[in-house]
Amino acid sequence: MAEFKKSGEAVADATPRTTGVDKVDAATETAAVAAVEKPAGRGEPILQVRNLVKHFPLTQGILFKKQVGAVKAVDGISFDLYQGETLGIVGESGCGKSTVAKLLMTLETATAGEVFFKGQDITKLSGRALKAVRRNIQMVFQDPYTSLNPRMTVGDIIGETFEIHPEVAPKGERRRKVQDLLDVVGLNPEYINRYPHQFSGGQRQRIGIARGLALNPEIIICDEPVSALDVSVQAQVINLMEKLQDEFNLSYLFIAHDLSIVRHISDRVGVMYLGKMAEIGTDEQIYDHPTHPYTQALLSAVPVPDPSAREGRERIILTGDVPSPANPPSGCRFRTRCWKAEAKCAEEVPLLAVPERFKGQDTPAAHESACHFAEEKDVVGAV
Amino acid sequence: MTIIDTTADAPAPKGPADDGSGPLLDVRDLHVEFKTRDGIVKAVNGVNYNVSAGETLAVLGESGSGKSVTAQAIMGILDMPPGRIPQGEILFRGQDMLKMSYEERRKIRGRKIAMIFQDALSSLNPVLSVGYQLGEMFRVHQGLSKKDAKAKAIDLMDRVRIPAAKERVNDYPHMFSGGMRQRIMIAMALALEPDLIIADEPTTALDVTVQAQVMDLLAELQTEYNMGLILITHDLGVVADVADKIAVMYAGRIVETAPVHELYSRPAHPYTRGLLDSIPRLDQKGQELYAIKGLPPNLTRIPPGCAFNPRCPKAQDICRTDIPALVQVTERDGSALPGRGSACHFWKEQIHG
Amino acid sequence: MPEALTVKDEKATEPTAAAPAPEKAAKPRSLWSDAWHDLRRNPLFVASAVLIALLLTMAFFPGLFTSADPRYANLDYYLQKPKWGNVFDKDWLGYDVQGRSIYARVIYGARASIAVAVAVTAIVTLLGTVVGMLAGYFGGWIDTLLSRITDIFFGVPFILGAMVVLTSFEVRALYVVILALAFLGWTQIARVARGSVLTIKNADYVQAAKALGASTPRILLKHIVPNAIAPVIVVATIALGGYISAEATLSFLGIGLAEPTVSWGVDISSGQEQLRNQPSILMIPSFMVSVTVLAFIMLGDAVRNALDPKLR
Repeated sequence: MAEFKKSGEAVADATPRTTGVDKVDAATETAAVAAVEKPAGRGEPILQVRNLVKHFPLTQGILFKKQVGAVKAVDGISFDLYQGETLGIVGESGCGKSTVAKLLMTLETATAGEVFFKGQDITKLSGRALKAVRRNIQMVFQDPYTSLNPRMTVGDIIGETFEIHPEVAPKGERRRKVQDLLDVVGLNPEYINRYPHQFSGGQRQRIGIARGLALNPEIIICDEPVSALDVSVQAQVINLMEKLQDEFNLSYLFIAHDLSIVRHISDRVGVMYLGKMAEIGTDEQIYDHPTHPYTQALLSAVPVPDPSAREGRERIILTGDVPSPANPPSGCRFRTRCWKAEAKCAEEVPLLAVPERFKGQDTPAAHESACHFAEEKDVVGAV
Repeated sequence: MTIIDTTADAPAPKGPADDGSGPLLDVRDLHVEFKTRDGIVKAVNGVNYNVSAGETLAVLGESGSGKSVTAQAIMGILDMPPGRIPQGEILFRGQDMLKMSYEERRKIRGRKIAMIFQDALSSLNPVLSVGYQLGEMFRVHQGLSKKDAKAKAIDLMDRVRIPAAKERVNDYPHMFSGGMRQRIMIAMALALEPDLIIADEPTTALDVTVQAQVMDLLAELQTEYNMGLILITHDLGVVADVADKIAVMYAGRIVETAPVHELYSRPAHPYTRGLLDSIPRLDQKGQELYAIKGLPPNLTRIPPGCAFNPRCPKAQDICRTDIPALVQVTERDGSALPGRGSACHFWKEQIHG
Repeated sequence: MPEALTVKDEKATEPTAAAPAPEKAAKPRSLWSDAWHDLRRNPLFVASAVLIALLLTMAFFPGLFTSADPRYANLDYYLQKPKWGNVFDKDWLGYDVQGRSIYARVIYGARASIAVAVAVTAIVTLLGTVVGMLAGYFGGWIDTLLSRITDIFFGVPFILGAMVVLTSFEVRALYVVILALAFLGWTQIARVARGSVLTIKNADYVQAAKALGASTPRILLKHIVPNAIAPVIVVATIALGGYISAEATLSFLGIGLAEPTVSWGVDISSGQEQLRNQPSILMIPSFMVSVTVLAFIMLGDAVRNALDPKLR
């Protein structure tokens, strides 16, 4: 298994970035070829994330703080986002998916790595240049109850974007623009003077989306945008988001723990585990042809709302809990819960790449997967 | 058209309660309302359901459907005031708990009926060790010594499959992961071997992989102890995996009851249909999702007639004036479908096309 | 996508169908107006508000309550007993050693006492909020520095500290007392403000504002302060009562306000000499202090209940 050994080393010494970029690009290209259809993956990616790392230091002491360790929330992940596509990021709590969102929004400073927006590394920007980039990358938050300032009216909440970026809308037009936005997200424009607590959860999330849209961004990062909503309202918001994507040619980074919703909305999906990307590919590749054991376990655990489906499905029940990101297992991070784990998994970090055995094959299993023993297994039982 | 007062018995896997005198818990025409500044919130408006030993009833509903309030009323943990139960009966083994004295109810609570909450961390006392909290049940209710109680606590932790129970018995709640904490909650509920467990969104706060572990555990323990289980949830997926029968709630009323398979294959209420259509499926890449239009009603001003009528694609004039009763659902030829009921004026059209 | 459009149309009509409060169209209801709604129905608030309004009127327009001059002394009236029947008359509450109308002095005394309390509260709230907000929002070494300074001031016993400050001044003017009390009083507000800001600064709407590229002053003034200020207002209201009694205490000890200033503290101080002969000279201004302190504490309590979102 010499080829595995090689790839393991490639990660261990954190290869120079340029080669890393080439590698990922090449891999994405293969994936694109292998994919049955890749509607949005054409041309240059709009957002390129390279070896992004975020470690939160753990300190001790009151006056003189000494670093005693770090929570490795995000530990070297790379992916691309193309114009007009939706990239879903799934993973359990603590896998670092929300930290990725904050890093891309530059709400947190990356420990290492780059985020290129149209070729410009935004992790190095500050001041005016950063503000300009922010116009193009906006965010929709998870909890519509805490993401709107309770002391401001809806008009002020959405209108604030224009006060911060006055070049987008001249003063006289702002109110009308806010009303237009309310209309676009399906709210009555007359509600402009109301306060957030006068709205239901779904309506509030529409307000949050209107705020995200106000600056005409190219990318919207959605951090669990519907998980706080009722089932019947979730569908409304998802449909609205899809409609807006078509209308404004938006790219979504859709972060969620609900695999069904992610499948519904995403063109491509990345699966995260403990700060690393375990597997990434088109929605069909990930859901119908997963090769990483974690993805397989995750998919098999999702309850399917169809009692007749439960008998036929194989369930992989993982034992134990997700290890602490402050002290992740050596080698492959999933090995402590993996039924395939062998000695090699503890020693070598598996690289996120198309597995050797599928390389060059025209199969949906030929997509990037960070497992030494990647093999295909259909756990969903697609109809 | 037969109007069902109490939901007809679904084919339960096991027989009724030990003494053979009908269901373990029987909720009849329960109403709960809350007095608030904006008016009277009618949270529960005539709920009927029952559970037998060894049976799992799933109560499905969105926020504000009254599913949790009903459970709180059963447990007797409603805040009163502002809450009020203007009418209804909650029969536990044939005795109306609402007419019992405080002392009598307290004896049932915990011993006969136990509850599992969504948020395990806030349900456990952070300054007491897990073993102490588990042991407390035995010290208080059974008068065991400290040592015996701790031994029992370890035994319980083993039973809910907490690894290394002996070493972890003195750990504090925050030292456990979310899934483990929920197991501890389950252990607590099980401690006195109750006849009925009410689980209010027991896995909502957990990750999918852990969710599956916890639901499996619950199901196993239920069979082992032959308990009745009321599972309150909004998740159609979780319900499909474990329930025997389902009661769908909307605006404080049960709009449909059915054995689990039939609910999914042939819903008899437009709301159920809408819910099923509006969730994306893992095994299907759908096109556009069906969305139930509008919002759940404001419980201070529930629409007249059928509460679902403003959102219903099939609503007619009668739906805006007459409240539909929960009626027995039948096959085309008139033969009754056991355990099935629908509170829709047009259930026939819904189920038979 | 024609389906998408039809769905959109349905949604556009949705709010009118089932909006939370459709009856009065677009009537804004802020948290403050909700709080006000609650307050008006709270008898505790109504009672304390009426009382405080009365006291403020007394402070601003003492002439409305009495025509007598609080400084006019006539030894003919030396220690004359109160005439309880002559309500609101200048001899209603009797006369002090120098033959001055106690009723007039109580009315006029409100001004100094309330002026001190209001001014101290204003300074303390401003200073404490700024310090607490900066410490809480920026964290790091700014927080360490400001918090330690706060702790040092907090460690100084309030009355003892004020005594030290006051004795080092030559003059006994109103502003000296105000400064002395404010100098030591801001720490409580700073701590409350810091704690409040710490919880608010991680709220999603603050993150959202940052994600939009909002400047720090904007975030502080538009998002942090309006949401963090409620507990500060409650503490400040209750503290206001405390400053009234602090002023009285200092004046009683002879280091606060002094004659010829008319204040309740000054009168309590001079009244103690006649405690055996005529306790009412001491009791009446003491009673006023107690009532005023109580009124502000009640007001603070009522405001706290109205602003606490957990209770709604």
